[in-house]
Amino acid sequence: MDILLQQILNGLVLGSVYALVALGYTMVYGILGLINFAHGEVVMIGAMIALAVMTLLTGTMVGVPPVVIVSLAIAAAIAVCMALAYAIERVAYRPLRNAPRLAPLITAIGMSILLQNVAMVIWGRQYKTFPQLFSTQPHTIAGATITDLQIVIIVVSAALMVGLLALVNFTRLGRAMRATSENKTIAGLMGVNVDKIISATFVIGAALGAVAGVLVAANYSIAHYSMGFMLGLKAFTAAVLGGIGNLGGAVLGGLLLGLIESIGAGYIGDVTGGFLGSHYQDVFAFLVLILVLVFRPTGIMGERVAERA
Amino acid sequence: MIKAFQSRLRQLKKDRRAVWVGYALIGVALAVLPFAVDGGFGRTWVRIVDFALIYAMLALGLNIVVGFAGLLDLGYIAFYAVGAYTWALLASPQFGLHLPFWAILPIGAGVAAFFGVLLGAPTLRLRGDYLAIVTLGFGEIIRIFLNNLDHPINITNGPIGINKIDPISIAGVDLTRTHEFLGLEFAGTHLYYYVLLGLVMLSMFICVRLEDSRVGRAWIAIREDEVAAQSMGINTRNVKLLAFAMGATFGGVAGGLFASFQGFVSPESFILLESIMVLCMVVLGGMGHVAGVVVGALLLAVLPEILRSTASPIQEQLFGKVLVDPESLRMLLFGLALILVMLIRPTGLWPSPIRKREFASEAT
Amino acid sequence: MKLKSLQVFFRNAFVAVLGISLLSLLAACGESEETTSEDGEVLRVVRIGHVGPLTGPIAHLGKDNENGVKLALEEANAAGLVIGGKKTRFEMVSEDDEGNPQKGTVVAQKIVDADVAGVIGHLNSGTTIPASKIYFDAGIAQISPSATNVDYTKQGYKTAFRVMANDAQQGAVLGDFAVKKLNAKRIAVIDDRSAYGKGLADQFEIAAKAAGGEVITREFTDMTKTDFTAILTRIKGMSPELVFCGCLDSQTGPMMKQFRNLGLMAIFLSGDGSQTKQFLTLAGDSAEGAYASSPGVPLDKMPGGPAFTEKYKDTFKQEIQLYAPYAYDAANTLIAAIQQADSTDPEVYLPILANIQHEGVSGNVRFDEKGDIKGGSISLYKVADGEWEYIETVGGGS
Repeated sequence: MDILLQQILNGLVLGSVYALVALGYTMVYGILGLINFAHGEVVMIGAMIALAVMTLLTGTMVGVPPVVIVSLAIAAAIAVCMALAYAIERVAYRPLRNAPRLAPLITAIGMSILLQNVAMVIWGRQYKTFPQLFSTQPHTIAGATITDLQIVIIVVSAALMVGLLALVNFTRLGRAMRATSENKTIAGLMGVNVDKIISATFVIGAALGAVAGVLVAANYSIAHYSMGFMLGLKAFTAAVLGGIGNLGGAVLGGLLLGLIESIGAGYIGDVTGGFLGSHYQDVFAFLVLILVLVFRPTGIMGERVAERA
Repeated sequence: MIKAFQSRLRQLKKDRRAVWVGYALIGVALAVLPFAVDGGFGRTWVRIVDFALIYAMLALGLNIVVGFAGLLDLGYIAFYAVGAYTWALLASPQFGLHLPFWAILPIGAGVAAFFGVLLGAPTLRLRGDYLAIVTLGFGEIIRIFLNNLDHPINITNGPIGINKIDPISIAGVDLTRTHEFLGLEFAGTHLYYYVLLGLVMLSMFICVRLEDSRVGRAWIAIREDEVAAQSMGINTRNVKLLAFAMGATFGGVAGGLFASFQGFVSPESFILLESIMVLCMVVLGGMGHVAGVVVGALLLAVLPEILRSTASPIQEQLFGKVLVDPESLRMLLFGLALILVMLIRPTGLWPSPIRKREFASEAT
Repeated sequence: MKLKSLQVFFRNAFVAVLGISLLSLLAACGESEETTSEDGEVLRVVRIGHVGPLTGPIAHLGKDNENGVKLALEEANAAGLVIGGKKTRFEMVSEDDEGNPQKGTVVAQKIVDADVAGVIGHLNSGTTIPASKIYFDAGIAQISPSATNVDYTKQGYKTAFRVMANDAQQGAVLGDFAVKKLNAKRIAVIDDRSAYGKGLADQFEIAAKAAGGEVITREFTDMTKTDFTAILTRIKGMSPELVFCGCLDSQTGPMMKQFRNLGLMAIFLSGDGSQTKQFLTLAGDSAEGAYASSPGVPLDKMPGGPAFTEKYKDTFKQEIQLYAPYAYDAANTLIAAIQQADSTDPEVYLPILANIQHEGVSGNVRFDEKGDIKGGSISLYKVADGEWEYIETVGGGS
């Protein structure tokens, strides 16, 4: 039983990160109907910037408490990612807003490859060690273990998600975002500056992504130029699972996908009598994606119809 | 000056004899190409040209799905993998099977076509980016299975890959060995060049004919407006499935040739990035234009190799060390190409005349 | 007048073109066959190929191998070997395979084109195996300093050799060590689904079972992952005494951390891919007590180790990374075979290479009938106080 509890806990930690990244995908998709392939790379850049700032500051500012350094690093990561996302939208997506559907998707793929390789040129191909932010001493709850950092991941993710929901539902900006996603033209007629709202969507998603990047890198104490790609794909899967374009759906989808992967990898061997094993962990994610898209393209909580493509 | 040249060209095109002479010249040039390349730059470049021809075939296949039918397939490399592994399993010591190439090639094409339909059938309702994501997932699933089907029953050897794959051998002539013929020495790479060239030309011919056929027009109708196509009486389901199956067939044949040419396959060769690379060739060359796609494929397959042998020494001269290694330079180039082509020239470097007109009228 | 000047022009041009082509022809000949040494003596030039990843994530290892070969060739040139009655100068042709199998075959062809007498390379098993066919077809000897996958020499190519113990040998030592020395009976095995990880894990499993251990589960991960909690939790539920991982340091580092965080108290053992500095930094404090193996013996335990370290540092002004001694031995073994055969023709020297006895830096180089090194040694290490500590060496050349 404690093993199952542990697997659920593992799944929740994994899932909260997926959910945080999935929000970035789902916001952009909700407004533009575009899969922003480069979002996973924004997450990676967030981790890399935080790492670079931390290395720089610990080298130069001796005696400063670590909390200050970490906060500065995260702030820098958020700022850079926001600027980057703004630039990506401006350069690669905005000129193609009225082009055929495939065009922005192809530039998004190109952007993802470009960012990955630029990061590789800047930071090299080596795996980088991410400094320890919290004590790794695990706590034991009912036979399952959890570290401080993992608690932080769950709490921070939850707080950010609640904050985002509040932003979208109760502020002027949020109302404008919802209006834009319903109908860009009408929103424009109603006095909403559509370009600005779209930029804001990208920038908010990137900020969440930057935090997610730092959390992931800290949790595994490793950062690498390719860390964002697979994470991004998984997060997108989560967004689709929950119902793309729906914020609550992204969160639910993220947590569910985390649980599916962790419990799947943990028990598939026993269920199939050893025929399938943990090597099919990624297959679960993609299979879920295909099944959802084919049988219920609106996802669990989505109201949109895929046919509008 | 250019105008005069163009009108002269048009005149020449009308002159039947001139056209034949032109074809003959191109034919001679293609026939002596491996020898010229071998003599001028070394046999390595013949091998590079061979790989480029394999990519050209892949690009032609993907062009049917993406260019003609407008279905964005991000897992296309899966069919290449299926073809390669079919060949590898049927003609290697893995199962002790050594079927001749004329038996495997159709089997590989058939298996790939089957997988094409398998992917196509459940995704018929999806369009645009949803389809892209599902095909991406499908491609990864195929690769993961190939990587893991060594346990509990060993089929694919898993990550180690299958080695010692039989080469094509025609009438007892093993195509990887050097043969003397009419006093000329034909190395394995040269012989493969002719086989691949022949198949690429055949593929181009099939593609051009397909484009002008009923099916081809149906694909283009679906690409432009699926609802309208359906109301015109086109059976969109069958026509789309056919596009997937045809595209997959090309991929399967290309995969088989790759396996036999390299003599070794492993799942590493079929990663997502390869799918994107083939897509890049199609997009750069000009979606929907057969000749453009082939040019795109040759360009993107050969250019990185030229960069490889020039960029590193230049960097070493300038900075004393290699700052951007050739592999990342190649990927940077691909990423940039995808973005810039879409932004500046969405019809590709060499668009088909019809599409060019379409885009022009759209702009006005 | 006009006509005449044209005639003169053409005649001059003709002579110039003829002269240039003759010169370049001569230059070309000199390049490939003969050159003159400083004291005016005619030298014969013999090319030796080297292939490894000179760019990419393990470029530093590729360069290290290249340096090893370079050093061997420089020494041979300084000694002034006479082969086939002519004083001989060795030249290296070095190519980059990027660690990519397809690129590996392309550069192998390039090396064959360059008319080399033999090849030292490649570094990775993944590129060595497909390339070996090209060298075999060309009839050129290939000695890999560091490809350890069993299949490389299993293909029956009489041109393929290696100077490092293969995965079967390493897996056998590890399996034996786990059961007999570490007294572990219940063993969990993980591999990263790469050619290297699978090969090593398979061989380990065979050896551990043969030694009386029980493999309770086989789990898998892959190179793109950093989260191993699901499989580690599953393993924890089976309470193993030892966990073996056939993975690289980029996986075992984070894995080690999660291993300890989950409260898994089993012994952690892995292969040469993790016996690195990187593993120590990535795993941090959690690395303490982990075991790993590495083919060969540590530099300071090699018969010619200290001297070679000195020489390498003098020549290249940097530390040895990893496999340079093996690359150096591989190159010297090839040169020794060429020297004994008194010919650079592979057909002549290959049979001699197959039966050679060469006193190398890393030990005695002798090949078995498949081309594997005879009695290749494996060393074992343990992490103590944040450093890899040498335990023992099993097997050994001399």
